Amino acid sequence: MSQKPEKLIDKKGLRLDGRKPEELRPIKIEVGILSNADGSAYVQQGKNKILAAVFGPREMHPKHLALPDRTVLRCRYHMAPFSVQERKSPAPSRRDIELSKVIREALEPAIFLEYYPRTGIDVFIEILQADGGTRGASIIAASLALADAGIPMRDLVVACSAGKVDGTVVLDLMDTEDKKGNADVPVALMPNLNSITLLQMDGILTSEEFEKALNLALEGCREIYTMQKEALKSKYVSVEEDE
Amino acid sequence: MDVLTMPTFFERRQLATPGDLLAEGAYVTGENTYKDDDKIYASRLGLVEYEDKKVNVVALKAFYIPKLGDTVIGTIIEVGFNGWTVDISSPYLAILRASDVLSRSFRPQEDELSKVLGVGDLVIAKIMAYDRAHDPRLAVDEPGLGKITRGQVVKMTPTKIPRVIGRKGSMVSMIKQETGCHMILGQNGVILITGKSLEDEQLAMMALRKIEDESHTSGLTDRVAQMLNKEKRKEESTNESKT
Repeated sequence: MSQKPEKLIDKKGLRLDGRKPEELRPIKIEVGILSNADGSAYVQQGKNKILAAVFGPREMHPKHLALPDRTVLRCRYHMAPFSVQERKSPAPSRRDIELSKVIREALEPAIFLEYYPRTGIDVFIEILQADGGTRGASIIAASLALADAGIPMRDLVVACSAGKVDGTVVLDLMDTEDKKGNADVPVALMPNLNSITLLQMDGILTSEEFEKALNLALEGCREIYTMQKEALKSKYVSVEEDE
Repeated sequence: MDVLTMPTFFERRQLATPGDLLAEGAYVTGENTYKDDDKIYASRLGLVEYEDKKVNVVALKAFYIPKLGDTVIGTIIEVGFNGWTVDISSPYLAILRASDVLSRSFRPQEDELSKVLGVGDLVIAKIMAYDRAHDPRLAVDEPGLGKITRGQVVKMTPTKIPRVIGRKGSMVSMIKQETGCHMILGQNGVILITGKSLEDEQLAMMALRKIEDESHTSGLTDRVAQMLNKEKRKEESTNESKT
């Protein structure tokens, strides 16, 4: 369908959407926008549009899945049929199931699961529009939705990707760069505790390039983290200013 | 350790997000905080309070965790063979046993439980037993406890109940005085209001909504009193114009 553009990076060193190699896509975050969920968040990162909703902790259904010593965290990553150019079947694909697992494992270390035994927390992530790096944006949205639900957390979780496109290491890959580029490294981070909760690599990088990409992604995470905090606070600040 | 080497990183009543470093040194963790090495971090979104050496976060959103002796207001959601299941707006469902409700021994052959309390009925009860391994068990054996027959019910985040009570009960007593309503505060964030007329009850509900929205601001008791006075005058003038 879409042909490979001649160059992913032009003579001036700019990318397809005019970004510099170490520049993030514009991000918009909103917290607490769904009234039926216990917690929710909406994230727009470039053309990505992602909605996350959290329920719980609540009685676990089916009951036999409950654990006697901790909460069970369940995640559902789902792409809407209209989220990509070619209609995607709404049934969970192999990729959806894998991403659900990867996102769950990226969020688990941040939550005090041992506080509420025999209960379950459900996280629903809906991709309304996809343009590369959706797992990262999903983690950003899901961790905010968890905090909005009042679930005790060690830290927020932030995610970002870096990779190699046309031989250059770049930050925050979009769909075309991800598909036609050389490599992609998604990273999720708990910034205050300085621990990585997700690290994947697709493609080939030398160890030097990998290190460069990882550090670039971590920097991106920290940048997004400040925006994430602002978004969480701004839900309440508006009331405070009325004083 | 002297104070200079024990820094705190937030102002009193400043908004903190999960993972924010609040204090370092020989401090003690209070509500919604956790300790890692010598550092104290926030685990929920809320306002920071330092109390001598104790660091607290007053959460802006949380859910109710049962505590022995708490008064709660719940809804019957199921009638079983020898008792009821009660939703107390908590991750755990509570159990109310028939033998604890009937003042005599329970006779399964003759007693029709749904005639005593049916699905949808509201009850005021005390938490009689609860631990990590068992669901909370309720008791209604004190005066004032049992089925609710009239009044209005308001729900809010349980962490805001202390704000509704106010310093030494200043807020509740003020609302009770101004509206002439009786209020029962469930520790689970459910409040029962009973007044002489629906108008009185609605006035009290309005005051509670204001407290919920502005719980993190100061001087709230006075502002709520002002609002109630204004509303009462408005009501009186409409009544006069009618007659």
